[in-house]
Amino acid sequence: MLRSSPLFQLYLVRLRDFYRQPARVFWVYGFPTLLAIALGFAFRNRPPAPVPIDLIEAAGASTIKAHLDEHNAALDRAKRAGTPSRSVPAIEIHEAPAAEAKKRLNTGKTPLVIEPLGSESWTYRFDPTRPEASAARQTVDDILQRAAGRTDPRHTTDVYVSEPGSRYIDFLIPGLIGLNAMGGGLWGIGFLLVNFRIAKLLKRFVATPMPRRDFLLALLGARLTFVLPDLAVLLLLGTLMFGMPVRGSIALVIGIDVLGALAFAGIGLLVACRATTTEAVSGLMNLVMLPMWLFSGVFFSSDRFPAAAQPWIQALPLTQLVGALRRVLLEGAGLFDVTPSLLILAAWAVATFALALRFFRWT
Amino acid sequence: MDPGGDLGMGDWAIRVKDLRKQYPGRNGPVHAVNGIDLEIKHGECFGLLGPNGAGKTTTVEILEGLNRPTSGEVEVLGLEWRTDQVAIRERIGVTLQETRFPDKETVHEIVSLFRSFYKCGMIPEDVIARVALESKANAFIEQLSGGQQQRLAVAIALVGDPEILFLDEPTTGLDPQSRRQLWDVIRDLRDRGRTIVLTTHYMDEAERLCDRVAIIDHGTIIAQGSPAELIARLGGDHIVEFALDGAGTAEAWLASSFLGLDSVLAARVENDGYSLTVAEPHRAIPALLDMLESQHQPLIRLTTRHVSLEDVFVSLTGRHLRDDETSDAALAGQAAGRKKRWRRA
Repeated sequence: MLRSSPLFQLYLVRLRDFYRQPARVFWVYGFPTLLAIALGFAFRNRPPAPVPIDLIEAAGASTIKAHLDEHNAALDRAKRAGTPSRSVPAIEIHEAPAAEAKKRLNTGKTPLVIEPLGSESWTYRFDPTRPEASAARQTVDDILQRAAGRTDPRHTTDVYVSEPGSRYIDFLIPGLIGLNAMGGGLWGIGFLLVNFRIAKLLKRFVATPMPRRDFLLALLGARLTFVLPDLAVLLLLGTLMFGMPVRGSIALVIGIDVLGALAFAGIGLLVACRATTTEAVSGLMNLVMLPMWLFSGVFFSSDRFPAAAQPWIQALPLTQLVGALRRVLLEGAGLFDVTPSLLILAAWAVATFALALRFFRWT
Repeated sequence: MDPGGDLGMGDWAIRVKDLRKQYPGRNGPVHAVNGIDLEIKHGECFGLLGPNGAGKTTTVEILEGLNRPTSGEVEVLGLEWRTDQVAIRERIGVTLQETRFPDKETVHEIVSLFRSFYKCGMIPEDVIARVALESKANAFIEQLSGGQQQRLAVAIALVGDPEILFLDEPTTGLDPQSRRQLWDVIRDLRDRGRTIVLTTHYMDEAERLCDRVAIIDHGTIIAQGSPAELIARLGGDHIVEFALDGAGTAEAWLASSFLGLDSVLAARVENDGYSLTVAEPHRAIPALLDMLESQHQPLIRLTTRHVSLEDVFVSLTGRHLRDDETSDAALAGQAAGRKKRWRRA
């Protein structure tokens, strides 16, 4: 009878423990949702923002300013006529004496400083490693050179492409799904087990004929039960609110997420296998999670890190999970394409479980 | 359960021979258990009495299968832990000190959980009634008082209908009324013929509940027998305690001078006064008063009482059970692997 099965009873305890604590329900489901909404809005695609620049008050500045003002006025006319430009930004001019302008440049308040040198030349001051500075220099130079008489001999046309799947929010949602799998595995299993150990519950259980395997299976079962609503909430948020595309098989997405959840459950188990205080386990968890928060391509691409670091980054389970989810959701990858990721995740799961069970301290 | 009806294993519910347990410590190995022999009969309530850090909990955890001895033989219900773990666990029940059950479970749910671990046992409703928690059956564990949580722990230990029940300091930290309620539960269990192994550092609890008691100190048994037998070993039934005026601290040489008085069996210094073990107070007290008057020592306090197991302990070790709480906590702290203890409010 199901009611008298230790596995089922243990599983029920885990479920009740979760839904009877509303605060926990919020953190698991509500927080990633809010995070996705906030970041999605912060980084949404918008028409180009005005480019701020500083113009040093000297001879020749007035000519430059006049050209830039004419550029802004033309943009304004186009907007009022109903055809606003989607690719050309307005220029926001801030006039200042030389010392102040250079100080604003050094403190990051402005990306570009124009210093007139007489009436026919000027200097651009900027930091070429800042992308907005190079873009500002390019835009301003185009405007000023054309105003001085440069012509473009070849005729070109612009075709704008704004495909869903290439926006930041599309990049972000799979990352958040991966984060949830990691957080759930580490806190949901690891932290929980250490708290049980501190409360002497593990010892109490072990004094009964309860099969230890049932205890762990119940924990895993509960974890997998919770991972599906996790996934659903974020996918629904992405598709309904932000129009994120789902180009691959949902079943494959679920399979990848489940395997990722198992890998992190194993890591959580390993972290918890001997820790006896909440301080120790929290420290270990953060040690494990923070590198993955930073390096695994959750909030920005992991390609930004140097080539020498890439093999290590690719070995991390979160990198593989998030990468596989992105390939399936955004690029329509199939099972064959993500098999390497699945193998790496499976290896993490198997290795961590084996080690954890070997060294787990029950009493 | 018929206490004598086990198949072919003799009279002993528990047999222990030369049990030893060592831990590596900061200043060399700590001998938590240093050669303990026990023979506990079916159906008796056996007490392990001693100060904190004496090795009671370590001994009991070895009996419960939660710890492995460094050396020695342990037989529970005729079976050995090395080979028959599951079989033994089906037949024993355990309460541990300071176990905290999950807050958000109800009493009934947690009892049902533990019931599911045993092949046969009691219905959750029955065992909840046995510890008088029916009114709280659907309350969350976090809503229970300390005494109720302890009764819950006993209910959970009973749910598998065990032959042996191990109770580790079940009334520590409880208010007097809760203690008495728990004593009633334990007495009821004893009347139903279960074997109970009770660890405690309260001598009144040991005297009231136990058929036999082993007094443990520094990892060995220093005395064993029924409470009445142990007390009788002192030779006298009464303690006379008194204090003299004008003495800043009592001086030891004066204590031995009381030994010559009529029916005084032992004398020692006690705080700011003296404590005499006497066989017949109606002869010892007048003799004492005469002696003090002849020496012009005014008496400022005089009380008499019956001897207790505490006095047995003092006579064997020269220390009180309670005095050792600070020094043995330090000893326990030396052993690696000991966790910080905390008391339930």
